[in-house]
Amino acid sequence: MIDFLGYMLVSVGIFFDISGCIGLVRFPDVYNRLQASTKCVTLGTIMILGGTALIIGTGAIAGKAIICAVFILITSPTAAHAISRGAHSAGISLTDKSIIDRYAEEK
Amino acid sequence: MRRVVYFIVALVVWLVLTWPFGTADSLQVILAGVGAAIIVSVMFHEVMPTEYKFLFSPVRVFWAIIYIPVFFYYILIANFDVVYRALHPKLPIKPGIVKIKTSLKTDAARVALANSITLTPGTLTVDLKDDGTMYIHWINIKSTDTEEATEYIAKKFEYFLAKIFE
Repeated sequence: MIDFLGYMLVSVGIFFDISGCIGLVRFPDVYNRLQASTKCVTLGTIMILGGTALIIGTGAIAGKAIICAVFILITSPTAAHAISRGAHSAGISLTDKSIIDRYAEEK
Repeated sequence: MRRVVYFIVALVVWLVLTWPFGTADSLQVILAGVGAAIIVSVMFHEVMPTEYKFLFSPVRVFWAIIYIPVFFYYILIANFDVVYRALHPKLPIKPGIVKIKTSLKTDAARVALANSITLTPGTLTVDLKDDGTMYIHWINIKSTDTEEATEYIAKKFEYFLAKIFE
């Protein structure tokens, strides 16, 4: 039963990771791509780590998986913020579909 | 005091990462961890966050534990949102950068809010100013007004984060 739950978590995590990659290819500019990659890859990878911890089931592996999950949860949004701010400072404009850019107006 | 706290945190992380100790070299591994934790806590205590006091207050820890499922609920919603937008043939996005204003005061609370906003549906923190102004990239803009955007984006987290950090 726990094995089944673990494999379910890994499968759903891989599905989210793949969707994030599809979004990374299809979205039009760097900011939208960051949205797709950050959200999906964070949750997808945490789910894969959690599923691995459930399947293997010993304390040591589970502890390492949880530490990795916490690191990803903290570093992934921070990295996305750094990249988007860097991209905006470097003058990369938003896609033509965008309707407003308050950051450029007020800088 | 701060150095002691960071020393303990660094040592615990090290011990969990090297957990299945072999019989012969376990003392060596632990001593190496103590050395590394001392170096880290002496060298880097100034760049570490200063608001760790919430760890010692049961009420704040209680609210932090309440916050975890709420946070994961919004992350899950955010993922289905991205999956929908990425797989939809017409790519239904309406992006832009809006401005919001947070009422949180401490640095730790603002960082937690910025990271929570990045991981939740359709929003990405681009910049954060000293007076609490945040610039948010929003994939599907519902309102360009500062007040209304704050209502949509930040209010749901501010309630919890104010209880945890302030």
